Amino acid sequence: MAIASPHRAGAHRQGAHRQDARGDGLLAAAFIAPALFGFLVFLLWPTLRGIYLSFTRFNLLTPPEWVGLDNYVRMVNDPIFWDSLRVTVVYVVMNIGVQTVVALLIAVLMQRLTQSAFVRGIVLTPYLVSNVVTGIVFLWMLDTQLGIGNQILGALGFGHIAFFGSKTWAIPTIALVNVWRHVGYTALLLFAGLQAIPKDMYEAGRIDGAGEWRMFWRISMPLLRPILALVLIMTVIGSFQVFDTVAVTTAGGPANATNVLQYYIYGAAFGRFQFGYASAMSVALLIVLSVITIVQYRLTKAGQTDLG
Amino acid sequence: MATARTFRTPRAPRAFRTAVALGGAAALTLVAGCAPQGSSSASTQRTVSYWLWDANQLPAYKACAEDFEKKNPGLTIKISQVGWDDYWTKLTAAFISDTAPDVFTDHVSKFAQFADLGVLAPLDELPATKGIKNTDYQPGLGASWIGQDGHRYGAPKDWDTVALFYNKKMAKAAGISAKDLDSMTWNPRDGGTFEKTIAHLTVDRNGVRGDEPGFDKKHVRTYGLATNVDGIDNGQTQWSAFAASTGWQFTNKKVWGDHYNYDQAAFKNTIKWYYGLAKKGYLPPYEDYSDSNQPQTQLGSGKAAIAMHGSWMISTFAGLKGVDVGTALTPVGPSGHRATMMNGLADSISKHAKNKKGAEKWVAYLASNACQKTVGEHGIVFPATKAGTAVAAAAYQKDGIDTTAFTKPVADRTTFPFPITNYAADIQALMAPALEDIYANGASASEVLDRTNKQINFLFDQ
Repeated sequence: MAIASPHRAGAHRQGAHRQDARGDGLLAAAFIAPALFGFLVFLLWPTLRGIYLSFTRFNLLTPPEWVGLDNYVRMVNDPIFWDSLRVTVVYVVMNIGVQTVVALLIAVLMQRLTQSAFVRGIVLTPYLVSNVVTGIVFLWMLDTQLGIGNQILGALGFGHIAFFGSKTWAIPTIALVNVWRHVGYTALLLFAGLQAIPKDMYEAGRIDGAGEWRMFWRISMPLLRPILALVLIMTVIGSFQVFDTVAVTTAGGPANATNVLQYYIYGAAFGRFQFGYASAMSVALLIVLSVITIVQYRLTKAGQTDLG
Repeated sequence: MATARTFRTPRAPRAFRTAVALGGAAALTLVAGCAPQGSSSASTQRTVSYWLWDANQLPAYKACAEDFEKKNPGLTIKISQVGWDDYWTKLTAAFISDTAPDVFTDHVSKFAQFADLGVLAPLDELPATKGIKNTDYQPGLGASWIGQDGHRYGAPKDWDTVALFYNKKMAKAAGISAKDLDSMTWNPRDGGTFEKTIAHLTVDRNGVRGDEPGFDKKHVRTYGLATNVDGIDNGQTQWSAFAASTGWQFTNKKVWGDHYNYDQAAFKNTIKWYYGLAKKGYLPPYEDYSDSNQPQTQLGSGKAAIAMHGSWMISTFAGLKGVDVGTALTPVGPSGHRATMMNGLADSISKHAKNKKGAEKWVAYLASNACQKTVGEHGIVFPATKAGTAVAAAAYQKDGIDTTAFTKPVADRTTFPFPITNYAADIQALMAPALEDIYANGASASEVLDRTNKQINFLFDQ
């Protein structure tokens, strides 16, 4: 009895535990349900359907017609597709290159100089403005005739620059406009990564006589690597998907100079009702992004940390 | 710390928590599933929704709607105006989501695609609109709206031609008379008297004219000819009047052609000459054009002396503050005649219109002399019927605007139609960047047009 009683009591407790676990499972499922619903309906299903549509001719108003690999053959032979891929890569290199360097600079300055929440707030402000508003405001500010940007250039004795209207300037301009909008957010992510680096590392560095420059390269950068890698992967994916700024400023022009892939896809689908071809190009973009992400992940050893 | 660790907030009963969570999930699902379902069928039977893009024309069609509502008690016309840039995107989305207007203003460059997608109702099969005849309207307008299947998909509502708007003061200062401007000639070799005129009207920042020695083409104060990039692909207000005055035609057939002629020498020479004007300093460079610097702005601000534009812009140009604007005919080309693109809009009915009965009545009224005369009285556009046109011409005259430059080509039959073919959207997507490449980047017209024409005709060969 003396033994049986606690045993029974234990059995009872275990049973309650199982019941508990079942109840928690149900509760967990209930909490996951909205997100899961969103994932299935807005992500997984459209992706699968998109892949299916890429093998069809589809104008959205009549049923899709299976055409096999036709859309992919057409894509490989479409010079505009390759050109828009090239334009997108040029954009991503400029956008991410400048953005990462500037964001890193801001993050390090914030970490080493000030912890002020106000400064952090200011840095984040552009990110609160919508992409379309940003695009329109810059379109006006940089207008060749009326824009304040060109008025200032004129006052300084320079000629007017067609920031959005010339082949040379359009992509750099759009890249920098988007840097302006996203750099604060990126800087904050990096700043959070820098905060995770123990302060004594810097103290030790200072005792050993290292300057800020040396400490940046020897302490901050190596220890920030996993965060930087994550930020790079995220921003590169986002950058490849540039659309809204192009749509409101240049609409792909002049002469396709800013015809980034997403814009070309959009035009094929909603301008020319070629949803099948547009889906094929979207699948291509998905593949390109997956490959880039895997390569980046491997190269930057994003899954490991040097903070041991 | 110890107290904090041992302290527990009283937990709500599990059943309650589960209910809250499930409720939240259900609410989200409901929100996602609750798209507006449209108004009840009783009210849709009383309302006819109608879309148009030209804000200038809104008052005229409101007046038509009021008359219509008086004649058809119980029917209400709900007009929505959406600017051209968003109009087609919105319309496309509306067709896809089954929220398209019952009736909408249609453009020939778009209707082939819509007819092909099966979203337009054939007007010749609807009782109220089947009586619409081509002969009720100015020549050519009715025929443009007959699809390849022989059905009518649009009821002609108005027409437009293209002519020259010029700054009278600048012309006078340059010693150019209205008569000179109305009798210009043009050829692709030296540009004829047209080029001489715009060269003379071009003035650099030192006051030197474009045809005088020492002209500084890098610093031009006033360009002879205003630039316009909108619609560059069909050249309606840019190159089409020149190209067609050589006898060149867009396609192998007048309507529903299946072979484009952008690789013909006459066309290539026209384009080379036209965009070559920018290199000479008589036409602004490509970069100068933007939404904030359209032809009317260029003329209004004294940046340009002449702008080639459509008759739908007459009231806009006439209303420019501080600039006295005159109008002139397009020049006579190598073929010995002038050529101006004549295009017309029409009203189409959505195949799945919520109120089809009301829609056909409204379209029949829009296409009638009664409504077209009302529109004509507003003096903002030329209605498609002859009587409507006459009323509009009189209304313009009353406002002190001479519209001869736009109406004479119609009377003289020196107009040509907007190209109506399949694949209009694809062709636009190919032609616009090609011409921008020539204009903005100085690419070889011959090479670019040969290549692009091949790509365009490939669409028809598939």
